[in-house]
Amino acid sequence: MVLVAFACALWALGWWANVRLAEGPASGTKAVQLLVPVLFGATVLVVWELVVRGLEVPLVILPAPSLIAVRFANSTPVLWDDFVQTILKGALSGYVIGCVAAFGTAVLVDRSDFLRRGLLPVGNFMAALPIVGTAPILVMWFGFDWQSKAAVVVVMVFFPILVNTVAGLRETSVMQRDLMQTYAASYWQGFFKLRLPAAMPFIFNGLKIATTLSLVGAIVAEFFGSPTIGMGFRISTSVGQLALDMVWAEIVVAALAGSVFYGLVAMAERAVTFWHPSQRG
Amino acid sequence: MRSLMAVLCVVGVIVAIWYAACVPMNIKGVLTEAERGGAIVTPEGAKDRRDIAATRLVMDNSFAIPATWAQDRPRLPAPHQVAIELWQTTVMKKITSKRSLVFHAWVTLSATLLGFAIGTGLGILLAVGVVHSRVMDMSVMPWAIVSQTIPIIALAPMIIVVLYSIGVQGIIPKAVISAYLSFFPVVVGMVKGLRSPDMMQLDLLRTYHASKAQGFWKLRLPASMPYLFTSLKIGIAASLVGAIVGELPTGAVAGLGARLLAGSYYGQTVQIWSALFAAAILAACLVGLLGVIERATLRRMGMA
Repeated sequence: MVLVAFACALWALGWWANVRLAEGPASGTKAVQLLVPVLFGATVLVVWELVVRGLEVPLVILPAPSLIAVRFANSTPVLWDDFVQTILKGALSGYVIGCVAAFGTAVLVDRSDFLRRGLLPVGNFMAALPIVGTAPILVMWFGFDWQSKAAVVVVMVFFPILVNTVAGLRETSVMQRDLMQTYAASYWQGFFKLRLPAAMPFIFNGLKIATTLSLVGAIVAEFFGSPTIGMGFRISTSVGQLALDMVWAEIVVAALAGSVFYGLVAMAERAVTFWHPSQRG
Repeated sequence: MRSLMAVLCVVGVIVAIWYAACVPMNIKGVLTEAERGGAIVTPEGAKDRRDIAATRLVMDNSFAIPATWAQDRPRLPAPHQVAIELWQTTVMKKITSKRSLVFHAWVTLSATLLGFAIGTGLGILLAVGVVHSRVMDMSVMPWAIVSQTIPIIALAPMIIVVLYSIGVQGIIPKAVISAYLSFFPVVVGMVKGLRSPDMMQLDLLRTYHASKAQGFWKLRLPASMPYLFTSLKIGIAASLVGAIVGELPTGAVAGLGARLLAGSYYGQTVQIWSALFAAAILAACLVGLLGVIERATLRRMGMA
């Protein structure tokens, strides 16, 4: 009970500190903008730890963060192997194949107005569907190993990127295209010098959506069958063994991988679309 | 009208490709069956055929092509097989039957809707809090944004087992996952929407001496509607995925996810495909319904 009371006090203290920081004179600075969410996150972690210990919550319901950290540190080889299997082999290869395929299709579709009118609604429709459901079929076709996971990821990332790229390639105005024509630019010159750069913000929007989707696809596909390695496999078997600290450790890996992946794409976006108003601010 | 033609064309091409793909995908199974039935197949023996490319087999055994669209357990069922299965399991069966897809779809849909309602409600509340409190904005928003980049669905098996171990089962665990998945898109979209009125509009309300609550009800909330509907559409699709995935790890007996899993265990490909299409139709209906509500609401408000 003492620990729980302590947790409440700590929560109040953390909140008070954040209020002081956020409404204080320095609230606009970069340091405070970083400090406040970090403080919030740290408070949540400490309160979680104290509450779990104070109420003696059993491991099968919620392990304490310290336990998860210990498990994480002790089983890094396993976690690393799972990471390689699911993220690097499954998600990343599927992501690259899906992006290239979608981009290629978009460039082809863009040449014909008829195709664009036809494919865009279909693509939009497909982007909203629960495509993860194709996982059992693709696992049946491509076997249990990472190839089937990559296939699921390809199908999942294809439509968001296709739709965004096609929309992006439409982004130039008639004036700009006319200017290209007065320069006697060929189709491909116009494409590479005007329309592709103009489409970049849209393409990156699709790429960013696809990062999360690719991880979701690779992990969920493993629920339908996988070799005895991989994050989805580890999660489902550890849940079965009630080893929730392992599950949480895998979730930490997934969270880290997802944020880093997204961060890398966002950094690439910043480098490529530095001219765009949303990046200049 | 021209767009409709184009869409129909694209769909037609997809169906045609699908039929064409059935032939090489299913040819080996068909040939094995045909050989057992006494037909002459070149080359003979399933073992010899194993390493030969499917296209080659199709060319050598063109008589078997129609059979590839009518197999019992094909690797890739033909569109009409899926359509027939869908028809039989929705219209021809009583909806209380365990074999009716309507029954399974309802199991999934009820969890989806409950979760979506919870997730959206909490999401809007949090967004209101974020917009009105600088502390909440600075502490919670970065985490809400980061959480969109992580595959939250990895939590699904654990949520189910944990809730089961404290005695909660049935619709609630799936609804929790659905709620969780629809929560963050709604928060992010709604915060954007509530912030969308510009300085001029806010200043105007200040010159009217409007209170904070009046500013919220008369300016911020109406202005946020387009953003809200956009994120609701994302949220409901995510909710449906959450409910389907939530059915996987427990070996649930009812629901579209359970149909997918059972189909993949027993090699019932037609069943998998029909469950998949049922899920797709369900998602399309939900998103379409939200689209209709959106249009009606925005027209009523004079925004569309």
